[in-house]
Amino acid sequence: MENHITIYCQTTALAELRYFLRKTLTMPCLSENDKLQLTLAVEEVCANLIIHSHDCNAEDYINLEVKEYPEKIIFEIKDQGKAFNMLDYEIPDLVKVKGEKRKGGLGIILVKKIMDEIEFESTSGVNTCRLIKWFQH
Amino acid sequence: MLNIEGLEENGYHILILEGEVDASNSVILDESIQKLIADGSLAILIDCKELAYISSAGLGVFMSYLEDFQEKDIDFKIFGLSEKVFEVFKILGLHQLMAIFPDKETALSS
Repeated sequence: MENHITIYCQTTALAELRYFLRKTLTMPCLSENDKLQLTLAVEEVCANLIIHSHDCNAEDYINLEVKEYPEKIIFEIKDQGKAFNMLDYEIPDLVKVKGEKRKGGLGIILVKKIMDEIEFESTSGVNTCRLIKWFQH
Repeated sequence: MLNIEGLEENGYHILILEGEVDASNSVILDESIQKLIADGSLAILIDCKELAYISSAGLGVFMSYLEDFQEKDIDFKIFGLSEKVFEVFKILGLHQLMAIFPDKETALSS
């Protein structure tokens, strides 16, 4: 089963993204907690792209494809903005984030803690971020 | 969609969050807290009973004020998180940095 959506690079599209994921994440092996956390991780990646790679330019877009397999689910996020490889991003210490009164930086921590594997590649101007979650049977 | 309603009770300024907080609307939460601090509030309660979802944009707003709350001796408490939303706080370890209570009664009495 395959599902995909294209969202434009504005933060108001995030509600649309959540709606799509609510309709797509219906596998019985996923608990309500799993569904919310997977939605959150995908949204965090897309929000980062919208804000940091595309400067909220509503003419740019992001493609998300959800690929379901018996043992795992893969979220493939493609865009053509400034490449940002979150694998290079070191998880900040939470106490440091608090001390610096920072609002950002938590999203990538969430993605890294929720997902089992993260892949990133950039080819011919197209960036692909793959978020993989293995099912616990 | 996010609605924030403010009220005062037992010396606390309560912000009632309803809906979903994400990067498109976290600025509303930010401004609401900022205003309470600017107005000199010394006790802020966040009612999350009707909060269905919060992304890092909203969590970051809370995080960014924790230091101010400490410096200004502001009593800041969160209550009424659903199990699903509370799990998100726990993933980040925020439950160890913030005072989180199951309901308003417990929050007010501790």
